[in-house]
Amino acid sequence: MAFVTALRRLAHGSLRGYPRRTATVTSFSWLTGQRGFTGGTQSLRSDNKVTVNFINRDGEKITVKGSPGDSLLDIVINEDLDFDGFGACEGTLACSTCHLIFTEEVYKSLGPVTDEEMDMLDLAYGLTDTSRLGCQICLTKSLEGIVAKVPESVADIRQSQDGSS
Amino acid sequence: MSGHKMLFSGLKLWRPGRGRWMSRLHDGEAPNPNATSCCNPKVCIVGSGPAGFYTAQQLIKARPDVQVDIYERLPVPFGLVRFGVAPDHPEVKNVINTFTQTARQSRCSFYGNVDVGTDVSVEELRQAYHAVVLSYGAEGNRTMGVPGEDLAGVHAAKDFVGWYNGLPSCRQIRPDLSCETAVILGQGNVALDVARVLLSPLDFLKKTDITQPALEALAESQVRRVLIVGRRGPTQVACTIKEVREMVKLPNTRPEMMAADFEGVAEALKDLPRPRKRLTELMLKTALEVPGVEEQQRRDGASLSWGFRFFRSPVEILADPERSRTAGIRLAVTRLEGSGEGARAVLTGELEDVTCGLIISSIGYKSLPIHPSLPFDSRKAIVPNNMGRVQRAAGLYCSGWLKTGPTGVIATTMNNSFDTARSLVEDMESGTLDVSAAKPGSQSVGALLEKRGVKPVTFPEWEKIDGVETRRGEAVGKPREKLLTVEEMLQVARSYHC
Repeated sequence: MAFVTALRRLAHGSLRGYPRRTATVTSFSWLTGQRGFTGGTQSLRSDNKVTVNFINRDGEKITVKGSPGDSLLDIVINEDLDFDGFGACEGTLACSTCHLIFTEEVYKSLGPVTDEEMDMLDLAYGLTDTSRLGCQICLTKSLEGIVAKVPESVADIRQSQDGSS
Repeated sequence: MSGHKMLFSGLKLWRPGRGRWMSRLHDGEAPNPNATSCCNPKVCIVGSGPAGFYTAQQLIKARPDVQVDIYERLPVPFGLVRFGVAPDHPEVKNVINTFTQTARQSRCSFYGNVDVGTDVSVEELRQAYHAVVLSYGAEGNRTMGVPGEDLAGVHAAKDFVGWYNGLPSCRQIRPDLSCETAVILGQGNVALDVARVLLSPLDFLKKTDITQPALEALAESQVRRVLIVGRRGPTQVACTIKEVREMVKLPNTRPEMMAADFEGVAEALKDLPRPRKRLTELMLKTALEVPGVEEQQRRDGASLSWGFRFFRSPVEILADPERSRTAGIRLAVTRLEGSGEGARAVLTGELEDVTCGLIISSIGYKSLPIHPSLPFDSRKAIVPNNMGRVQRAAGLYCSGWLKTGPTGVIATTMNNSFDTARSLVEDMESGTLDVSAAKPGSQSVGALLEKRGVKPVTFPEWEKIDGVETRRGEAVGKPREKLLTVEEMLQVARSYHC
């Protein structure tokens, strides 16, 4: 069902302001046993993979692999990593729930941040100077072995302000 | 039963002692050996917006034995995601996908077209279910409380937004857009949504899921100028930078603001936290910076304008003596006492009149009590609760805006709902909530509804409505063409064709 949904959304074209394809976000992929749709680089050889480490909210380290071109959000989905509420807007820069924190060194290697990402990042709970949105970070071989910390909560700063779209 | 074992391995469960969600292998049995639950705990959720669905999602995930039934007044689910989120923000509506997956779970049932309070009482639900979660949001709005508020031409933002988003009860709003100036009171993101919809190019809007009547009305609109008015200053605005940037970039518009409103703001920048600083910088730049040649040309060629007006508080809506509709608004000039988030607006005694034909008051939604016997804090307009547990009402919980007040985006509500679900599961596991005796759940409620001539709309029936809306939308280049009346929705739901 997740696969069909993802296909249908792809067929309807890219979402405004977000040219990348998105994979289905579901906290139920574990239930159905299905993997998220990986329409990106299909790697048939294991040496094409990049290792990424996530530190979850319990402080546990989870090591997974992704393909170059996958975003960190894609990996969370494809590997069925169960971070509560992660990636609510499905990678379209309309929320801040894929907020990840890096070391200074790794942060610098991730490259420049667009205004659009910064605007949504500004609303992330527990924002730091080395915070990024996982849906905007695409894997390259040079990011082999990076560590990404999933911050404590997914509350938006906007909780104290006027609600909106 | 063995199928269940496979599905529920790796389940995350709430363990009260640890204080966090913990991974735990699960074999399909009830997690707490002390609770002699010989039956499935049944939980009922009132309201199918983000709060309802996120609460349901967490409950189903946390307990493999729980059955969750979601009741919704309208035939269609999703609440403000469908009726509040602006038509040109479709990405925000992606959460519907995860809600759809939740609704399709075997342990979750959706019952639309059921008005809790009228068709079935909360008391009857509490008898039928082990727990009831109230997540029906905020259907009212704060009023300005000034003379003339009831004049034609004055609308609550909630109603204006409901109108362009196809909320059936707002169909008759039909705002008159034949004036040149529109004034919006309030400077939150809802106010900016309204401003943006009023000034967006039609070519843009007609590719969104905005309703057909709204599109037609906007095509005839003569509104050329929108003022977004607030009582305090630039560093107190409640809106966020994404929405302000959208206004700045809106084609065929130019910003028009008062330099005097920004006195002292540049100096205050350095002490602001990054998010507030970036937002204030953007406003300063837009209001004060001398534009380059290209930008100046763009502004000169623009036929529409928008601007924030600060330090103004409404005191009276002025009437057009001949037409008993609004002709303007009288604003009191304020000044700030204090600074930052806690700064207060104080009247100076000065007044200013602004001519306008459309006034939208965007000063907050407001929850309403569902039954006089249930706890309700009328001052805060929320159900009094402790982490989602309704005070002095065992087995009653709340989530979403009803729990915390009507502020925050979907992600805020998500967290708030997860929190309520945690409290509920905690209570089940500790025995505070007695789930040992079986409860009839939807069986008895269904029988009551049938007796009363109420026929719920199931999720597959909603999906028929969804299909019709999507197909009609495709024909005109929109993501969907929304059905605008409950009658039409029910007709499609009950139809035999797909």
